[in-house]
Amino acid sequence: MSAGPREPFENPVIEWFDSRLPIFTMMQKEYGVFPTPKNFNYFWSFGGIAMTMLILMIVTGIFLAMNYTPQENMAFDSVEHIMRDVNYGWMLRYLHMNGASFFFIAVYTHIFRGMYYGSYKKPRELLWILGVIIFLLMMATAFMGYTLPWSQMGGWAATVITNLFSAIPFVGDSIVTLLLGGFAVGNPTLNRFFALHYLLPFVIVGIVFVHVWALHVTGSNNPLGIDVKGPQDTLAFSPYYTAKDMFGLAVFMLAYIAVTFFAPNMLAHPDHYIQYNALQTPAHIVPEWYFLPFYAMLRGITFGFNLYILAGIGIIGAALWPVYTKGKALKDPLLGMTIIPAVTDFGQYSKKFFTMLAIAGVVFMLGYFSQTMGLPLPFSKWVLLDSKLGGVIAMFGSIAILFVMPWLDSHPVRSARFRPQFKVAVLAMTASVAILGYIGAQTADAMLFGVIQWVYIGQILTGYYFAFFVIILPWLSVTEKASPMPNSINEAVLQENARKAGAR
Amino acid sequence: MSSYENTPPHDTEDGATRRDFLYLTAGGFAAIGAASFAWPFIDSMNPAADTLAMSTTEADLSKIEEGSAITVIWQGKPVFIRHRTADEIKAATDVDVSTLRDPETDGKRAQKPQWLVMIGICTHLGCIPLGQKKTEPKGEFGGWFCPCHGSEYDSAGRIRKGPAPKNLVVPKYTFLTDTTIRIG
Ligand code: HEM
Ligand code: FES
Repeated sequence: MSAGPREPFENPVIEWFDSRLPIFTMMQKEYGVFPTPKNFNYFWSFGGIAMTMLILMIVTGIFLAMNYTPQENMAFDSVEHIMRDVNYGWMLRYLHMNGASFFFIAVYTHIFRGMYYGSYKKPRELLWILGVIIFLLMMATAFMGYTLPWSQMGGWAATVITNLFSAIPFVGDSIVTLLLGGFAVGNPTLNRFFALHYLLPFVIVGIVFVHVWALHVTGSNNPLGIDVKGPQDTLAFSPYYTAKDMFGLAVFMLAYIAVTFFAPNMLAHPDHYIQYNALQTPAHIVPEWYFLPFYAMLRGITFGFNLYILAGIGIIGAALWPVYTKGKALKDPLLGMTIIPAVTDFGQYSKKFFTMLAIAGVVFMLGYFSQTMGLPLPFSKWVLLDSKLGGVIAMFGSIAILFVMPWLDSHPVRSARFRPQFKVAVLAMTASVAILGYIGAQTADAMLFGVIQWVYIGQILTGYYFAFFVIILPWLSVTEKASPMPNSINEAVLQENARKAGAR
Repeated sequence: MSSYENTPPHDTEDGATRRDFLYLTAGGFAAIGAASFAWPFIDSMNPAADTLAMSTTEADLSKIEEGSAITVIWQGKPVFIRHRTADEIKAATDVDVSTLRDPETDGKRAQKPQWLVMIGICTHLGCIPLGQKKTEPKGEFGGWFCPCHGSEYDSAGRIRKGPAPKNLVVPKYTFLTDTTIRIG
């Protein structure tokens, strides 16, 4: 944390302080003159917005905690007391409740930015991984916060989510009991969730600190995804980006404040205002909107993974092996013998690749139909992974896979602007997640236009989500031709300015 | 001092030194120590003695009319007690057990055919299935329907459709008289 050689400050008080603890020098270096690519768009405002939301959640949370009681007979009433009696209690609570939603909006946008412009790639892999950890901690925090008002929705969300762990073979039930501190969601659960809900945001602050630290080692990516080559490519962070970020933040806050004050329950559910009843599950339980896509994936796995399905997945893995190993496996004698005989060059390989993918698809679908429609196939009842565990693995796997994204996509070009195929694929993935979110909010047996059950569409989209990461990214890494790129950020910016001037 | 620093490590034939051994044993003991220290913290999160206190619940069956059900609480969990009709029993015994996801005969699930006693927690993710009251949906198989993700149980509480992997659990219970049972 040493700031290195110091420039003395003119103000004697600051100078006295800084020569003993160089905080001012550090701030000046990291947030004042910090060289920042000059072509940022507003997607780059969302990191700062997320940070602001985190601070806001902590401040509103601490003041809520002063009037909140984590006890099963009192929690619900204490939240109502905050809403009715505590001065500005309604405001604190609505800021906190909607703040969680807007925090997630900011972070989802931030993650999308990272994917679209390839910010996860070398040299920013660790920065990306720290981000995924923050995302996981946020989800845990929000989930536990949601049980604190001790409502029907919150209590049953806690039941369903903790029971996910019961899918783990042998030790699952013991883990659920450990998490709940009892045999069902009850007072011990509420108490510990409050303790952890108070703690985790501060852990997030810690990780955000190293996240930003790592950012300031590698420097920011930018919409072109090309490296900064010199001072002509950058601007000082302040005042240029402090001003731009401030404007972005203001617009975002306007939306947040509008919802908080004019439609504070827009994203809430009526069952969230009924006290938790351990003997009555609400007729239609739905998680908070920011969990819906993952919830849809969980519900989408209605079939067990039998030998056919696993074989299908195995063939895809084998077909991709040369891609994963960057061509080394093309010469692998074992693979050459069994799977893709006589493949020596890439052209030949790619033909075989699509054949194998088709075979894998057929085998997979046979397994799928034998599980869901009772297609009578030999051994199709041998399920190695039942639907419950499969659903849980899909749900957690969909986030875990983000950790390895930097290695699944090894294409040298970062930004989707210069990768036409990746651009389509990543936008389709984003759309899939959005539609999955819609499906997650429907009842289990809801129909689309009365023709097809939504759950089948959810299965296709879940399949695409995973295919994007495990098949499309590695495949495009070795096959996609990038479109021509500018030589430098500066050149691109000047061209853009000239184009705009010409148009005027 | 310097003679100590210059002492060459006592190499054995395969290149391992005495210091390697010390590192390993010290590391091993540190790991055991850390785990033993962590255990009380982890175990403090498990159910406390009063939660665990192996309580039993007695239920009076005499007031349950044929075709209706009651819910009693045992260890914080709902227990469904259903007085089944002859039709329901017949439907449950007529099923070909080998076609079931979690094969179990009706006889194994009910000590006396007219009384079905089960823990009312869906084996999928822990919601409480509907079907206890006459007005509630019972699903295609005339038993219970879980509102959370649509699992359907038959009139013996066996899983027939939806994501749940297992039948509703039958707790240990004994008939004290013809019309009272003790659960647990
Ligand atoms: C990462 C930051 C945080 C997130 C995402 C978050 C999320 C949430 C959510 C979703 C709720 C439920 C709101 C509702 O439905 O009523 C909640 C409630 C609560 N949170 Fe947080 N929270 C955060 C930080 C904090 C902190 C730092 C504290 C305390 C120091 C805190 C204290 C509370 C309290 C007391 C409640 C219950 C009162 C209420 O429901 O409004 N939160 N939180
Ligand atoms: S909890 Fe009953 S179907 Fe999921």
